[in-house]
Amino acid sequence: MSEQTPVKEAPANPPTELEKRFPGAVKRDERAGYEGHIVEVAKLHEVAAAIRDEMGYDFLSSVTAVDYYSEAPEGENFIEVVYHLYKSTGGGALVYRVQVPRDDAVVPSLVDLYPGADFQEREAWDLYGVKFEGHPDLRRILLWEGFAGHPMRKDWKEPYFEEDVKPFKNRWPEGQVYRIEDRNPVGKNVSYPQGFDPEGFQETDDPRMYESLERSSQDFVERIDTEQVVVNLGPQHPSTHGVFRMAVRMHGETIVGLKPVMGYLHRNHEQIGERNTWTMNMPFTDRLDYLSSMSNNFGYALAVEKLIGEKAAPPERAEYIRVIMAELTRISNHLWAIGFLLNDLGAFFTPALYAIEERELILDIFEATAGSRMMCNYFRFGGVARDLPEGILPKIKDLVTDRLPRKVEELDLYLSANELVRSRGEGVGVITPEEAIAFSAAGPVLRASGVPYDVRRADPYSIYDRFKFDVTVRQHGDVYDRYMIRIDEIYQSLSILRQALKDIPEGEIMNGKNPYQVRVPAGESYGRVEGPKGELGFYIVSTGKANPHRYHVRAPSFINLTILEKMCVGQKIADVVVNLGSIDIVLGEVDR
Amino acid sequence: MYGIGILKGLWVTLVHFVETFTEDFRWIGKKRYYSEEGVAARRSKDAKGIFTVQYPEEKLPVPEEFRFIPFLVYEVDEEGNKHDRCTSCGICAKVCPPQCIWIVRTEDPVTKRPVPEPVDFFIDVDICMNCGYCAEYCPFDAIKMDHDYELASYDRHAEHIYNKEKLSKPVEYYASIRPANYTREEAIKAAEEAKKAEAAAAKAAAAAATAQASGGEQAAS
Repeated sequence: MSEQTPVKEAPANPPTELEKRFPGAVKRDERAGYEGHIVEVAKLHEVAAAIRDEMGYDFLSSVTAVDYYSEAPEGENFIEVVYHLYKSTGGGALVYRVQVPRDDAVVPSLVDLYPGADFQEREAWDLYGVKFEGHPDLRRILLWEGFAGHPMRKDWKEPYFEEDVKPFKNRWPEGQVYRIEDRNPVGKNVSYPQGFDPEGFQETDDPRMYESLERSSQDFVERIDTEQVVVNLGPQHPSTHGVFRMAVRMHGETIVGLKPVMGYLHRNHEQIGERNTWTMNMPFTDRLDYLSSMSNNFGYALAVEKLIGEKAAPPERAEYIRVIMAELTRISNHLWAIGFLLNDLGAFFTPALYAIEERELILDIFEATAGSRMMCNYFRFGGVARDLPEGILPKIKDLVTDRLPRKVEELDLYLSANELVRSRGEGVGVITPEEAIAFSAAGPVLRASGVPYDVRRADPYSIYDRFKFDVTVRQHGDVYDRYMIRIDEIYQSLSILRQALKDIPEGEIMNGKNPYQVRVPAGESYGRVEGPKGELGFYIVSTGKANPHRYHVRAPSFINLTILEKMCVGQKIADVVVNLGSIDIVLGEVDR
Repeated sequence: MYGIGILKGLWVTLVHFVETFTEDFRWIGKKRYYSEEGVAARRSKDAKGIFTVQYPEEKLPVPEEFRFIPFLVYEVDEEGNKHDRCTSCGICAKVCPPQCIWIVRTEDPVTKRPVPEPVDFFIDVDICMNCGYCAEYCPFDAIKMDHDYELASYDRHAEHIYNKEKLSKPVEYYASIRPANYTREEAIKAAEEAKKAEAAAAKAAAAAATAQASGGEQAAS
């Protein structure tokens, strides 16, 4: 994220490449701890187009907003929209940002350049109230249309607001006991904005969503004069893997438009994260993608360690333990994904149960090392929470060298050549490589479309540059390839695990002490890992205080959904379920 | 030929089906179900056949690091008095991510200085997220994570805020559920004690030496 970036040069004064290319429109960000450039709002679209076309930054990883707010009028008061871009051929990030006033936050939309910005801009509008001019469908995405205010803004307070940051004083030192429901008795636990009449409330959410669904399906040319039908799959539907809804517009059985509706599990994770101290966030990351908590820990730990610097560099043994845990997580996640994709195909529970038998054994290992099967909370800044318990390494070795290869092969034999799987999967939901990159798809979805992009290889973190493994790629971009790529990845993970288990050294597992309060210097950092579901990024901004100023999660499940409509249009209604299953989402991460 | 893939797949399921019976036959005379070694065999790398565990008749073994709901450790002295290890320093309450710990401190009525042991200690177990931070960061090894995961009760209002009485467990219990951790902590404590004693001894010796040296000097002069 630093040295490889062509635009960032060590000497302070000579203009950077970007500054030379766009005189007046771009200037370097000179705040301490920040990188990248500040772009004039009016020129943003032009600059972004040039950066994409001339410099080859074709993968928009993350778009998010940060609220710089101070109550004093002379303090800094603006909203910043930060863009993180990468090349799909690998390398470090290019960061640019725009700054707009808080009361008139209007930014040109980049959806026409990067369709992958679609949901992310909607999220920034929803949570920060940044208007993206030119966005084709700027609706709220996680909250509902009637919601008052934009909750991530620093001056927004929820009803029964306690304090800005934890620890809350009435727990310590005052020590008062009360139940949450005593504080928020039913009937009195809501507050309405001024002049709002709950009785007369008219829902605007669904009508607007249907309107947009109709707009996006207008291109469809009808050969026979039939009426189009709208069907809602979900929010309570066994195939949606949680509370997720797809509004589907159909012509006969053919999909002409699809809008995902989400947010049913929204808990404003990022706001909670900004109330928490740095350390407190670690167990909360477990609850994002609860099937792969170790990977989430990894991403967050990396982001914070990057900001702290050398003082938090994990020792050798901790790095190996981290890699072992992350790869075990990947295997268990993919086993789950494969099993439940088959469920979506109608093979009820036999493949799923065969797959999660093996996952169960991996969870046993997590339980013995981290203390919990799913909510691991195992990583710390500068290492891991505790050393591997005695006797666990042989157990992992047995699994990795003996049982898992055998069982994955069995799963492969059981399913991969099955004619039903192939006929339901081949040629269904095809995504071309260009589309996959443009829509910011990540992980297995991207690689199944023939783009060999894996953060572990493209922008290596931790000690992944030491291991030999292939970046798996499949060429067809259909559901079957997205299934096969997960089997391939399990084999690669097993290979990494074998190497890591061979080389793991003895030694310390923490760099120094493990303090309950960490000092994080002011600045920003973006830490990303190749999670099982794709690129998982954490964008954090510190002001040097005990808690993050901004804590943003680039959730792969959420952003991979941007491409769902593209996948499904032109297919049959039965394929929607399979397409969704092949993306492999977890709603804890989608809704955050 | 079309259908070969399906037949191969069906073969896999058939093998799984038959294995459930062959495994049971192999265990004739030994207890495959409702016994510890049976459960262990079903969770091993060579496990075949029936994989599941019949809870609550059978239970999975709980590894030492398993964490669920904290408890407070107390020690009993020779006279039979309970002493909390807790000094109510409040680090657990400060580090708790969902803020579910409340500590009631008190001060000595005569000296007006804070009494180290807490008057009461509350944990709302409905809010506790079992992250284990309180145990991890406690400098006095006074709060530890439990192994008991069966907490169901009939009245969450009356029973789900644990007070000090309900949270307190003897140090022997802690030693029994986490023997490796307990031994390690005790060893560290013993080493620290020894170091302290050594330092004190060294100090005394040094003092004696200076006294002697000054005595010697005096003698020399």
